Parts: sequence; C-alpha cells; structure tokens
Amino acid sequence: MYQYDTYDQAMVDARVEEFRDQVRRRLAGHITEDQFKPLRLMNGLYLQLHAYMLRVAVPYGTLSGAQMRMLGDIADKYDRGYGHFTTRQNIQYNWIKLEDAPDILADLASVEMHAIQTSGNCIRNTTSDQYAGAAADEVVDPRPYAELIRQWSTFHPEFSFLPRKFKMAVIASDTDRAAMRLHDIGIQIVRNAAGEIGAAFYVGGGMGRTPMIAPCINAFVPIDQMITYAEACLRVYNRHGRRDNKYKARIKILVHELGKDEYTRQVEAEFAHLLTQNIEPPLAELERIKGFFADPAFEVGAPDVLDRSDPDFALWVDNNCLPHKQPGYIAVTISLKPVGGIPGDATGEQIRVMADLATRYSFDELRVTHAQNIVLPHVRKADLYALWQVLDANGLSTPNLDQIGDIIACPGLDYCSLANARSIPIAQKISQRFQGREQEIGELKLKISGCINACGHHHAGHIGILGVDRKGTENYQLLLGGCEGADTSLGQITGPGFDEDGIVDAVQRATDFYLSNKQDGERFLDTYRRLGMAPFKEAIYG
Amino acid sequence: MKILTGNDLKTGAVTWWDGVQWSLHVEDAVDVGDHAETILARESAARRVNAAYAIDATRDEQGVRPAHIKERIRALGPTVRPDLTLKPADPDAGNWVI
Amino acid sequence: MAEVQFRFRDDEPVADPGVTVDAFGEQTNAAAVRLEPGDDARDLLPHLDRIRLVEVNFPVFGDGRGYSSARILREAGYTGELRAVGDVLVDQIAFMRRCGFDAFAPDVALDPADAEAAFGRYADVYQPTTDGRAPIWAKRHG
Repeated sequence: MYQYDTYDQAMVDARVEEFRDQVRRRLAGHITEDQFKPLRLMNGLYLQLHAYMLRVAVPYGTLSGAQMRMLGDIADKYDRGYGHFTTRQNIQYNWIKLEDAPDILADLASVEMHAIQTSGNCIRNTTSDQYAGAAADEVVDPRPYAELIRQWSTFHPEFSFLPRKFKMAVIASDTDRAAMRLHDIGIQIVRNAAGEIGAAFYVGGGMGRTPMIAPCINAFVPIDQMITYAEACLRVYNRHGRRDNKYKARIKILVHELGKDEYTRQVEAEFAHLLTQNIEPPLAELERIKGFFADPAFEVGAPDVLDRSDPDFALWVDNNCLPHKQPGYIAVTISLKPVGGIPGDATGEQIRVMADLATRYSFDELRVTHAQNIVLPHVRKADLYALWQVLDANGLSTPNLDQIGDIIACPGLDYCSLANARSIPIAQKISQRFQGREQEIGELKLKISGCINACGHHHAGHIGILGVDRKGTENYQLLLGGCEGADTSLGQITGPGFDEDGIVDAVQRATDFYLSNKQDGERFLDTYRRLGMAPFKEAIYG
Repeated sequence: MKILTGNDLKTGAVTWWDGVQWSLHVEDAVDVGDHAETILARESAARRVNAAYAIDATRDEQGVRPAHIKERIRALGPTVRPDLTLKPADPDAGNWVI
Repeated sequence: MAEVQFRFRDDEPVADPGVTVDAFGEQTNAAAVRLEPGDDARDLLPHLDRIRLVEVNFPVFGDGRGYSSARILREAGYTGELRAVGDVLVDQIAFMRRCGFDAFAPDVALDPADAEAAFGRYADVYQPTTDGRAPIWAKRHG
C-alpha cells in the first residue's frame, strides 16, 4: 500500500500544527465559533449531539496493521473505548475533547494518517472498491488513481470553499462495489479497444434529499488527462453551482438544472483551456504510486482447499469470504454487524485484534467497506480456520455478509445532531427479529438513515428505512427496490410510515411476501423488480 | 418553560444553564423566561459555553423534561449505550426519552 | 474601503476604487475593476492590457467563487494587482495567495503574526497553479 515520502509526511505534520494553532485561537477567543466551525470541519471535527466527533480519513478504505492498531489505541486513549466505521470507509470517534484533538492528529500523523477534508464544503476522502487489488474482475487496481486524486484534492487552493461537500469514488471493474454512480464524481477506470487505460467520468450523482444517479459525461478520458478533467468538472461547479440554497447546492442539482449536455459542454470547454495550463502530474508520478500497490508476495502453489468439517466455520466461509484472483488465497469480510449490535462499531480491543490478524495473515493490510465492515484482502486458505477462531473468540465471526442482518445504519438520533429519528435501535430490532432466518432470506441489503441526508444510504437499499420526525415522535418510512452497483436504482417509498415496532413488522411482511412468491434463484430485489411495488404494498398494508 | 443548553467549549460535554453556571444535569436547568438571548450572548462571548440555544421544556414529577426528543437524548446520552449515559444504573432510563 | 494590509508587489498601488464590471466596459479610461462573486472573470479578458487592479470581493468567506476568478485571470496572463477584499480571514489567505492574489484588504485587519504563519505554513504543495511554486510531483520527478 501507499507509503508517505518526506513531502507527504511534512504535509500532515504541518496540518497538525496548523490545527493546533486554530484550536489555540478558538480557546483564546481570537476567533468566533462561526469562524472556527469551517476550520474544524475541514479537519473532520464536528460538534455532535453529545460531544465533539472526530472523523478520521481512511483513503480509499485501505489501512495497514500499524494504522489499524493506532485507531484502536485512539479509541481507548481519547475516546470511550470504541470507534464507528462509516459508510464512506472512514472511522469516527464520538466523545472527543477539543483540547485533545491536536494530539490525536499528531498520533495519526505518526502512522501516516489524518482527518483532512473529512467534512466541510471541499473534496472529501475518495472512496474505492474494498476488494481492490484482490478482485478477479478488476481491469487494474483502482487505488493508485484514487491516491493521485487524494494528493490533487488535498488543500486544493481553488476548491476548498465549494458550494457544498464533494464526494468522489474510483472503481475499476464493471461490478460496482463502491456505489460509484451515487457520488458527485464517480470514476471508472476502463480499458478501451486499443488496450489503453482511461477514466470514465460520471458526474452529478448523490443521495440526500434529492437522490440522483450520475450520468456518464465522458466515457474515456485518457489517463494522463484525468486530473485535468476533474479540475474542469470542479471549476464549472465552483463557479456555477447554486449558493443561494444549501439544499440545492450539490453538483447533482447543477447538472440537473443545466442538463447533462450543457454541463458537459462547459466542462469540455474548461478542460480544453486547462490542458494548456500543464496541471497534470506526469505518468511517472502514477507509476511511482503504482509501485506501492504491487501484488504482495503471494505463495505460489499455496494449497487451494479448505477443511470444512466445522459447520460454523463452513457457514462463515460461504457467507463472508470471496474468491481471490490468486489460487490458494481468499478475501475475508469481517462483519461488524453482530445480532443486536450497533452496525459499524468496534471496540479498541477488537480493532487491535483485527490489526494483528492483518499483520499475521493478510500481508499487513485491511480495508474498510462502505457497508461498515472490515476486509482482510489476502488470506491463505490454509490459515483461514485459525483466523476464524480468533475472530470467533472476539465477537467478530457473524456470518451475515449482504444478508438482512448486515444492515447499514447511520448513527441516527442517538449521536447525530442532524438526525430526526434513531437508526440503531431499528437495526438492532431487525437483526434480532430475523435471527436464524438470514440464510432462508438470502441476499438482502437493508439500509437505514435517521434523516433525509441519507448517510445510511436508504435510497440504495433493497429495503430502505428513513427516519422522520412526525410531530415530535419518531416515524419510519419504508422504501423498496433500491440498489447500488452496475444496475443502480433508487428505492420507492411504500406508503405511510410506521412507528418503531411497526417498521420491523412491515419489513417482516415484505420478506414473508418475497419468500412466498420468489421464483428459483431470485433474490428479494429480483422478485421486487419482477412483481413491482403493488403486490408488496398490498402485503405490507393489507 | 424556556431552558438553555449548549456544549462545553473544551470538552464538548452537554450542559444546561442552572441560573449561575452550566450544569451537566438537565434537572438543574432553570426557566430563563425572556432572558435567553441576553444570557446566551454573554455566556458565549465569555466562552463558558459553545453552540448554545434555547428550548421549550416542562417540569414534571421526574424533573425538567425538554419538549423535543433530540434534547431528551442530549440530556441522557445515547440510548443504545446505556453504560455511557448519565444514568448507567437505571435500566429504564431509555424510556424517558420517548 | 478597508486598508490594504498585505501587498506582495513593488509597483505603485492604484489609488482609484474598482468600478463594477458593467461600468468598466463603458469607462475606457478605468484601470481598476471590482469583481463580485457572480461576475464572470472572463468578461475582463479582452481588456487585460489596461487593467492594473482587480479587486475580488468576498462578501462572506464561505463563497469560494473568487478563487476561480483569480486563477482564470492569472491563467489568461493578467499581471496587474489582484486584491482580495471583504470577509478575508487568516485561514483563507494562503489559498488565496496560491490562486494568484497578491494583495489583501480584509474588512477586519488580521493579526500580523497569525497571517505570517499562515502564508508560510506549507513548505510544499500538491497542485501547480500560476503562483510559480513547483508542485510536489515536479520535485519528485525533477
């Protein structure tokens, strides 16, 4: 994985001192909260419902063992013994003291980490495919391109006060595992008929209160012009994106209001101009970065068999492990969704356990997934049972990947000052209600947001749940038919909302209807797409 | 009644205006009547509180009850982590917020 | 009008206040113009040879359109004074400098020590702009 050189390290070190100075000025009263707020946000520090919350960047979701260990240590040293992995492949801590924040950033910098641009109206942490470098279906490893974007977007002088936040994702396979088309810019690295590598640009997607699927505005930007093209996309947005209404300020509204063709025309004009400005890093820089993402030293001829005699282990293998491009290896997903647990939460001790397992069994590498789980990308099949036993002993062996218990949930009103309703208790009740029936129901992506901002990706859930405030009480709307990936679709609201117990019952009626009506091999989503909303609605509301 | 809540500038802890200073406990909150703006301006300028605001509340036999669930959760702590709330020994504390 | 607090040029400052973009087109003797966030900096490009001062107004610091305006002017070869005016805060001035601003007239004067620290905070930068600093990638492959 990528390693900092002296330039990268000097950048994060300087950032620590800059933020230390900003905190000093705030505590001394030299700047107001109104002035400090965008500064702390640009460093991922929010003031949440109960305390300050710090969001730490995990660029394209990739972590080393030492980095993961530090995340566990920070949870114990500065927080209350746990952290929360987010839908943008980051981690956040819920109980941070402002006066500690500079020291936390210094600890992070010591392992080449930071909290730069994890919030604010700037280019946020770039996300990617959690199986990058391991997936059999990728054209190339997308992470070097994401790292190029990380450096370009870090402290970009022109784009640090955009109309609104700006999220980018980079993938390199047709199977989209990063919800790429639901980002402000989604980039798919592709190979053309001539065998050349390029970038397809999808611009103007997003969830939130106006969910939109990004259209492709350029199917092949030569790879040695990718940064210049991104700069053109951003400049048009910075100049013309709406600033009169916070809720219409995302780039998706600009693309929608101008129309895809007119937005593309403006980008192409700006692109032609910027090509004369020589802002593109040379291919030598991309090659330098690629060097860090070379395959690890896989053992040639590693045994390609598993002893499946332990049924709990066999179930977990079937549900949580994915084929690897290298014979004898397998990609492991550690579910952070125990039945009745808090999706995405892990204790400091659990984080260190996963770090140690990565060091021992996965070439010192981990990934955070947008579904709030952890991946060990390169595990020898011969080591898998020993690894599983350690997970099992630490409450990390829940075998429910992509099943109804593997729920994405935002922190909701238990932690978030923007939320209208709690998300976590709903996730807990659903995972408990369906315990033991996960296998029968099969793949079912259930996603819960506690407000319209959609951090829990409810629009993209096969079943989505949106918490709303109805006259001061929590109320939950049900959506069906959302999906991320190559066949991205947005979920539709079924009808009137439910209270906390009612929404769990409604989910059960929907899944019961699916089980009674599915045809061979159909997932919940397939049955929904075949039958449409009407019969599901009838089953739910009767 | 009108009560005031905010966060401690340094620690971020949720606080409530008790008439003299900022308390961690909502039951200490006092009715500020129509003085909310004056108190908020003075206390924020002195950096004794951060991001403070006024809310409606009632007083019942259990004490001061904020009108909205958001501030009731602020007053207690995360309902999904009773161990981290201000009432870790009370198994029914979570019901108070609903 | 706020005082110019920082100026990174040796030539004589233009004393006239900037006229609006609309008025500028008609006043063929004007040498100073003021850009508001909604103005198109490219409207000035035909006139760059007679402009000696462009004031770019930041009515609120969070409105970042002025950064693009500045770069567009510099990219087109404008060499006169580019002055940031309005809600110009110490934590924005380094970004502004990188986008081509070479004079700063904040509504509220900045603490000189804080400003000096801000201008010199980052020894190196990732992006090339027209400020002449070699980006990190150029140093890596120089």
